[in-house]
Amino acid sequence: MAEFTLPANSVINGTGKSYSAPAGASRTKSFKIYRWNPDDGQNPRYDSYSLDLDATGPMVLDALIKIKNEVDPTLTFRRSCREGICGSCSMNIDGTNTLACTKPIEEVKGEVVITPLPHMEVIKDLVPDFKHFYAQYASIKPWLQTVTPAPSGEERIQSPDEREKLDGLYECILCACCSTACPSYWWNSDKFLGPAILLQAYRWLADSRDEITGERLDALEDPFRVYRCHTIMNCANVCPKGLNPAKAIAEIKLMMLERAG
Amino acid sequence: MAVSILHRATGQALAFGAVLIFAWWLAALASGPSYYRLFLDLIMSPVGVLVGFGLTWSLFQHMGSGLRHFIMDSGEGYDLVTSRRTALATFAFSTIATLAFWAWILLGKGY
Repeated sequence: MAEFTLPANSVINGTGKSYSAPAGASRTKSFKIYRWNPDDGQNPRYDSYSLDLDATGPMVLDALIKIKNEVDPTLTFRRSCREGICGSCSMNIDGTNTLACTKPIEEVKGEVVITPLPHMEVIKDLVPDFKHFYAQYASIKPWLQTVTPAPSGEERIQSPDEREKLDGLYECILCACCSTACPSYWWNSDKFLGPAILLQAYRWLADSRDEITGERLDALEDPFRVYRCHTIMNCANVCPKGLNPAKAIAEIKLMMLERAG
Repeated sequence: MAVSILHRATGQALAFGAVLIFAWWLAALASGPSYYRLFLDLIMSPVGVLVGFGLTWSLFQHMGSGLRHFIMDSGEGYDLVTSRRTALATFAFSTIATLAFWAWILLGKGY
């Protein structure tokens, strides 16, 4: 059900620390970052870090790495590729879910407020728990499934047109920015699969080589798994890869209708 | 997101507000001329008109976003530019339709 207030132990009311920029910095920017430590029994808090932009890389992830390396090594976040292809550094920056590595600091006016992805359980600081999200991903069986024997000596081939149907789907990096921006997913994430997983589900439905389309649709045909999507469009608005999960979900609904005849 | 929230809010307003007023109108009709006069005075008082204005706006906004849902359910209008335009169009439609409807009632032959 919809929850409009945070549980008492999740309210951000801890006393935050403030770190000022090094002396002599002419171009400074303040970063207000959500902090929560599972081991100290305290409520979450915001810590403020002021950085010298002339000594910081251009992206929000550069600032986070600089803070961790030079200011406060206790700051915890996920990152890997630093170029928008691994999906590790997804977080809420300036009120919008996005990837820290592809978000320029300059795009944020004033203080840069950073929190974990909304409506996920937090493991520590900016690290949310993806266990449930990955379990939902596994539930759609995200791999090619066939019943006919594999052709000998060659791949299962696709025409260029068939391959084109996967454009806008295969690029998804499972960063969960879309799912955690979706009000339906906030309130029904136990039953609704959410935009990221449904886009992945459609990626396999749309694959000309996959041979269990019917079973895949059977598994999705449910009041909650697909039909909690109400075309709110937050998913497509936040996707840092410019994909459109809402459109993919609409295609799944159309496939179900066409199958019903 | 605003259109989606308003679709629900206006739907609730219509399901409860408009239905209650409709039932009240029927009850007033059945209760005889003097009570019906009182009902008309209340419904055409400034507060009554304000409530009516809100309900008609709810109706047109709900109709507009409903038609938008209808189009999107056919798989069209999902790119960001189009979906934003159709969202803004529901507001334009509901505002213009509400003003035109009340201009017809208050200035024209409707009342």
